[in-house]
Amino acid sequence: MDFDPVLLARIQFAFTISFHIIFPSFTIGLSAYIATLEIMWSITGRDHYKRISAFWTRIFAVSFAMGVVSGLVLSYELGTNWSRFSAAFGNIIGPLAGYEVLAAFFLEATFLGILLFGRDRVPRWLHVFSACAVAVGTATSAFWILSANSFMHTPAGYVMKNGVAEPTDWWAIVFNPSFPYRFTHMLNAAYLTGGFVVLAVGARYLLAGRHVAEARTMLRMAIGLLVILAPLQLFLGDQHGLNTLKHQPIKVAAMEAHWDGSKPGDFHIFAWPDAKGERNLFAISIPHGSSLILTHKWDGLFPGLKSVPPSDRPPLVSVFFAFRIMIGIGFLMIAAALVGAFLWWRGRLFDTRWYLRIVAQCWWIGFVAVISGWLVTESGRQPWIVQGLMRTADATSPVLGSAVAVTLVLFVLVYGIVFSAGIYYINRLLAKGLDVAGQDEPGPKGGRPFAAAELAGREALGGRSP
Amino acid sequence: MTFGAVTVDLPLIWATIIGIAVVMYVVMDGFDLGLGILFPFADNEGERDQMMATIKMFWDGNETWLIMGGVGLLVAFPRAYAILMPALYIPVIVMLLGLIFRGVAFEFRSISRSKKQWNLAFAAGSTVAALSQGVILGGLIQGIRVANGEFAGGTFDWATPFAIVCGLGVIAGYALLGSTWLIMKAEGPVAQRAQTHARKALLLVLFFMGAVSLWTPLTIPRIADRWFSLPNFFYLWPVPVVTAIVAFIVWRAIERGRDSTPFLAAIGLFLLGFLGLVISWFPYLVPPNLTIWDTAAVPASQIFMLVGTLVLLPITLGYTALTYWLFRGKVKEGEGYH
Repeated sequence: MDFDPVLLARIQFAFTISFHIIFPSFTIGLSAYIATLEIMWSITGRDHYKRISAFWTRIFAVSFAMGVVSGLVLSYELGTNWSRFSAAFGNIIGPLAGYEVLAAFFLEATFLGILLFGRDRVPRWLHVFSACAVAVGTATSAFWILSANSFMHTPAGYVMKNGVAEPTDWWAIVFNPSFPYRFTHMLNAAYLTGGFVVLAVGARYLLAGRHVAEARTMLRMAIGLLVILAPLQLFLGDQHGLNTLKHQPIKVAAMEAHWDGSKPGDFHIFAWPDAKGERNLFAISIPHGSSLILTHKWDGLFPGLKSVPPSDRPPLVSVFFAFRIMIGIGFLMIAAALVGAFLWWRGRLFDTRWYLRIVAQCWWIGFVAVISGWLVTESGRQPWIVQGLMRTADATSPVLGSAVAVTLVLFVLVYGIVFSAGIYYINRLLAKGLDVAGQDEPGPKGGRPFAAAELAGREALGGRSP
Repeated sequence: MTFGAVTVDLPLIWATIIGIAVVMYVVMDGFDLGLGILFPFADNEGERDQMMATIKMFWDGNETWLIMGGVGLLVAFPRAYAILMPALYIPVIVMLLGLIFRGVAFEFRSISRSKKQWNLAFAAGSTVAALSQGVILGGLIQGIRVANGEFAGGTFDWATPFAIVCGLGVIAGYALLGSTWLIMKAEGPVAQRAQTHARKALLLVLFFMGAVSLWTPLTIPRIADRWFSLPNFFYLWPVPVVTAIVAFIVWRAIERGRDSTPFLAAIGLFLLGFLGLVISWFPYLVPPNLTIWDTAAVPASQIFMLVGTLVLLPITLGYTALTYWLFRGKVKEGEGYH
């Protein structure tokens, strides 16, 4: 049996990196949320925040462990599967990936120990500081990795010598043309992803009548964040798209399934791009829609797929549909955030059950949007691994296709087991709920009625402490 | 690279940094992988909880050194990275899969109602990772076929009896680190049993160290030449002698029921083993052909990364030490993961 090593290496990398990105896109947001809770705890002194923080820290620990082990794979896979890419671009990709490990991962891994296990061992300020260090660390990780990735889309600050890229200007490399757009878009996506998980869990507890006080705090904090970030993402995404049009017009043509650059582009709500026939089947379109979005002009022109030979075009179906899934979820997020904010303003957020029921089911939308977005940008760069400089087909390792096939099967099996177990255990933690031991609310046996009254008063005032 | 009158050998500096990362990794992840290797020999779940509690706050940081080593190689010696990874394709990926299982086992085991499958994942994952690391070491020592700056061998070039012996040696070595760690960090039956394990592991380690020390000069002329040619031999003969003395110190410290001496002396044994490898190896990064200078990244890349490393590596070492100090002291019986 003959195996195509390039295709197999691509499938393997796509599989392992898609698995990996789920966890960072959750833990980046969640760590920021935990840091916020810890700060609020240290300011207000209310154990209410400590309990919520402890609960999410537990879930964070499981997700982070899965992120660490799946990320470890990637740092070696660049060599095992893409050694020719590593040899040609190691001078540039290496230091960027290196800074990710140094500046961020060490911060996370070391302070994580204190965050997870040190609450009773270290002074309160150090615990709060560790939570912040982990949040900063995860975001810094994203900074460097996205810089390395962006270089592959919009290389800058280098010179090619005998097929090997050498750096000439590190500032230009790190802040290459697509980096600021990709970084802000992805970081915001991570905060949205974490926000929707917190929103869904809060709604789930509220519907079940469990941990009512904490669930309300989760809901308020999540909606307060999402109502700003969800619309912001529309703006950031639009800016990123315009940047892509400037530097990778064929990717945009694939996203829009736009064939003929001499005519204005319609926005296809649905279509089946036919790569062989160079046309769209079953198209339902908004006339001139894409031209309006991309050029802000009714008759604006932008390059079509036909402007390059078929061998230089990315796979159309995956790019086209992944883009629509991402955008669809983006608008869903905006709607959910705005409706939530409206209900909060009217004072009906906590007892509008239809709304709570919907958002309780929405925990996964951020993840799907993130993976779809990456599919658009990475598939859209094909057939290049580094835009315009190296083709993916020339980047693989001198290993047999069969070896890649066998390890791919192993990855699928192992990740299948680990992933299912991870989801299962996170669900168990959610079902178990918050740790009720040591609550500052009085138990059924009474205790401190005055404190109870004070607490009720605070809740009534919207969670503000005196 | 020259600054005025001072010439700086960047590849040598980077080889040293990666050497430090590898040593940090082997010693630190060594003891927590060793715990996984010893996991099946624990008496009950309570003991296993206690064992895990001794490393729960460390393993994550420990494993980061492996990423540091891999990425360090990519940063400073991209051509070596691009040759070694395909050459050691199978053991590298098997090691990663082993590390995945044992990594998630920490959290999953503590949440799971039935702990059995995650005990197995932790033990098997740790053992497989240790075995793979030894096989990778053995595969490197044997040498790697290179043509036109690329790996030119077969998928299973690494699979030799020698590499398997190295793999078993690393399992024994990590078991030694793990058991002496438990002597230092645990109380009660776990610490007592660790003494028995440590003695057995030490004997196995000495056996494998001896086997590799004889095997390599007998089959690889360049290594024989390095150790036994004159005047090298005059400088190098203390290495095996000191190794023997340190091994004796480990043994006696275990016998006398010392708390931390066995662990610290076992680390000394590892450092000496590493020194022996460096002596056999230097300056090759892809033996027997390519040296650290042949495979180095351009100076601009090595310097860019060096700046950050020289600032952050000491800080990292500092708070790694702080973490170990904060979580010092023994873990009592009945103390769990969370």
